[in-house]
Amino acid sequence: MKCRRCRQPAAIEIRRHNAAFCPPCFEHHCIEQVRKAIDEFDMVGAGDRVLVAVSGGKDSLALWDMLVSLGYDADGLYLGLGIGDYSSDSAVYTRAFAEGRGLKLIEVDIPTEFGFDIPGAALVTKRVPCSACGLSKRHLFNQAALEGGYDVVATGHNLDDEAAVLFGNVLRWQTDYLGRQLPVLPAAHGFPRKVKPLVRLGERETAAWCVLRGIDYQVEECPNAVGNKHLGYKEALNAIEDASPGSKHAFYFEFLSKASKHFTPQAEAEQEGLRPCTGCGAPTTDQELCAFCKLVARVARATQAEAATKAGKAGTG
Amino acid sequence: MKVLLRNPKREVDVPGPLRVSALLERLAVNRESVLVIKGDTLVTGDAVLADADTVEVRPVISGGA
Repeated sequence: MKCRRCRQPAAIEIRRHNAAFCPPCFEHHCIEQVRKAIDEFDMVGAGDRVLVAVSGGKDSLALWDMLVSLGYDADGLYLGLGIGDYSSDSAVYTRAFAEGRGLKLIEVDIPTEFGFDIPGAALVTKRVPCSACGLSKRHLFNQAALEGGYDVVATGHNLDDEAAVLFGNVLRWQTDYLGRQLPVLPAAHGFPRKVKPLVRLGERETAAWCVLRGIDYQVEECPNAVGNKHLGYKEALNAIEDASPGSKHAFYFEFLSKASKHFTPQAEAEQEGLRPCTGCGAPTTDQELCAFCKLVARVARATQAEAATKAGKAGTG
Repeated sequence: MKVLLRNPKREVDVPGPLRVSALLERLAVNRESVLVIKGDTLVTGDAVLADADTVEVRPVISGGA
């Protein structure tokens, strides 16, 4: 198989583009796709300071690498989630990437700073760990960006992520989520702008970018994600993509161009009802505490109750 | 050839020579969900793998969103 651009031997085939690329031309392809996404959706302006949410996985490290390659002023934000060896390994990959390139990495360790870890929060709330994880990430990305004076938070969501989330939202017609599923959420109501510059790249491409650029990333999947619905949606979409290349791209981008506008008024109306959290000041639709502050308080109460029970048993024992 | 697989991490022997596309079919792996890595580079579906080769079939699907 030959590279479409230079006719040298290809290293990767991208069937939805009916193309194959050698390593240098593949890098060119990825950079052009990211540049196109940033330009098309007005993601990052001249002089903007970008905070990249990094996890040590392929998508976020590839994103950070690409943004720096494109000349953006981009620092990294890593959240320690307290998910055992998975979290400690992910920190090693992230730090090695940042140190190797002389990039600034901000770290927030949730167990140290907020007194809980994601598995513990899942036990207390009796919900799946991904729920507490997503809630914590959204809150702390916003907070770190505002405190650090960043204009934009960039996340490594790729075409496969967006197509799978869209698939799940359409299956259940979750119209509130559909109204917010955009490549850019503008800064408003105390939230920084949030952008997804990888929406034109599939996760095969972000993984290939890392392999070809020599980026060591965490290949192992989060133990809490194994068997989740999101992975099932991705497998279903990949079965369709295998039979009909380009289906994922069409599904997501046709949604953006033809359908998302029908759902945005509902999402915008929800934004109008925001008020500051009485705990941290972050915008929330709740009357007092935001969802993150409620989670912190709930875990603290459970921890205190557990300690009191243990002390009682020790006293009577 | 030696084929390294993940989730769970394991190694299987598959007789070569064999095209990458045929290897993935034999392993019942969707080509949209993996990369095939030989040494420090990638190989396309039409590449022929020799019996003495070692390759990694690396999944690219991640579960967070």
